[in-house]
Amino acid sequence: MSKRITVFRGAALALGFGFLYLPIALLVAYSFNASRLVAVWGGWSLHWYGALYADDKFRGAALNSLKIGVMAASLALALGVCAGFAIERFTRFRLRLVFSFMLMAPLVVPEVILGLSLLLLFVASQAWLGWPASRGLLTVTIAHATFGSCFVAVLVRAQLAGFDRALEEAALDLGARPFTVLLRVTLPGISPALVSGWLLAFTLSLDDLVVASFVSGPSATTLPMAVYSSVRIGVTPEINALATVFLGVVFVLVALAFSLIARQERRRLAGG
Amino acid sequence: MTRTFGWRRWLLIGPPFVWLLVFFLLPLAVVAAISLSQSADTIPPYAPLVTHGPQGLENQATLANYREIAEGDVHAYANSLGFAAVATALCLSIGYPIAFAIARAPKAWRNPLLFFVILPFWTSLLIRVYAWIAILQPTGLLNRALAGLGLIDGPILLIYNDFSVVLGLVYAYLPFMILPLYGSLSQLDETLVEAAADLGARPALVFRDIVLPLSLPGVVAGGLLVFIPAIGEFVIPDLLGGPGTLMVGKVLWQEFFDNVDWPAAAAVAMILVAFLTAPLLLAQRLVERREAT
Repeated sequence: MSKRITVFRGAALALGFGFLYLPIALLVAYSFNASRLVAVWGGWSLHWYGALYADDKFRGAALNSLKIGVMAASLALALGVCAGFAIERFTRFRLRLVFSFMLMAPLVVPEVILGLSLLLLFVASQAWLGWPASRGLLTVTIAHATFGSCFVAVLVRAQLAGFDRALEEAALDLGARPFTVLLRVTLPGISPALVSGWLLAFTLSLDDLVVASFVSGPSATTLPMAVYSSVRIGVTPEINALATVFLGVVFVLVALAFSLIARQERRRLAGG
Repeated sequence: MTRTFGWRRWLLIGPPFVWLLVFFLLPLAVVAAISLSQSADTIPPYAPLVTHGPQGLENQATLANYREIAEGDVHAYANSLGFAAVATALCLSIGYPIAFAIARAPKAWRNPLLFFVILPFWTSLLIRVYAWIAILQPTGLLNRALAGLGLIDGPILLIYNDFSVVLGLVYAYLPFMILPLYGSLSQLDETLVEAAADLGARPALVFRDIVLPLSLPGVVAGGLLVFIPAIGEFVIPDLLGGPGTLMVGKVLWQEFFDNVDWPAAAAVAMILVAFLTAPLLLAQRLVERREAT
């Protein structure tokens, strides 16, 4: 009986992960395909990587995306840490329900709504206040920081919930001022959430097509916008190469962050 | 410590609160206002809600956009709800065994397995959807593989229809279902399962009477995390759907970008918000209740 259950579980895992990763694996494999046809294997080649490198359109868009990603993730981290702290530590304050709704809703609200609503806000505020003068990197950064901060808040909140407050109290009893405790005890204690929060906000910004399409201007085409406009025309091996580079960067960043966090966790357990 | 902060708490609450108020709630109010406006050949392309007329201020707000939607093709709205519901049900039936298997895996395996469930979420949805085009299109890998095996004579239609849209939704949102399910299943008290088995309950009965009821919070949370964003999805119906596969997110996009009818797009957005209000409030209550316990 139990053997049959083990087989069932193994099959569930194999099929599940196969479903999640097979399309990605095929995409990566075909980026090294010498043939122009996407479904015909013509031998190994790095041809499409060369073509990609020579393509100015993607290079400019990638630079825009990186700029926006770094700025939006940093802003999202600052806002998200404040928000995660406030919602976890202050269990009772006026407007707490409104606050928690505003923190949760952007996680699930469809991107078309976030994008359209922010664009209409920017247009209205431009008419009334003269700000923002034009749409581009700044408006996309604001939009990405908005939903990014909600993801950071979730991670910070979860980590704070598992944080041993006796450490803070001990520091306070020993005469440290609250601000010093925050800086020297609490923030180092939740540093895994800070690292993964920044990275998550960064990759979400790098991935976003829909919101950026609404709030960006003609001068600030992001990488997903450039990819989307060429994907609509058809599947090309050049996009396969771009996707592979993109996936590689994200995989390495995320794996690095997770191993950092795991090491810190081990050190903490060994120290405690 | 918390109580001694007093008003100074607002130094911490203030910045994110004001930010989200200005860049999340206020924009929704602007959408609501503009949905009552009318499209115009101006910059920005909508007429003001209030104008100065001979009799003073004149109200120009109208429900025409909503009337137009109600009288027009409501197919897209029914489609969106239907696709989202089917995708949620499929995600649940595929995700449950996976979450269960991870929760029962050796302890050292669980975190790496979870990591690989989350990883696709960190990578571009656009790229993951695009990967399916190469597989599903008429000259794609799946058709060639099936033809190679002699199972089909000519290419079969796998893409640009309802099937590929649902497939894309399930593929994109499966991790959102697995995570909360795992959260519930990993906290399940193993002794309850053992006790029931010792008392002679068959596995199917143990599952129905013990495992499933105790994992219901995860089922509801996962269902909401899939259903809510799937309703308004744009990229998947646009790239994997055919011209006839309309969903609300795509209608909104087309009104805005192709027809440059901003008020109509705003009205579509308000209807989408109306669809989502009930599940969103339910999701918030779930989050808050978990905090309380």
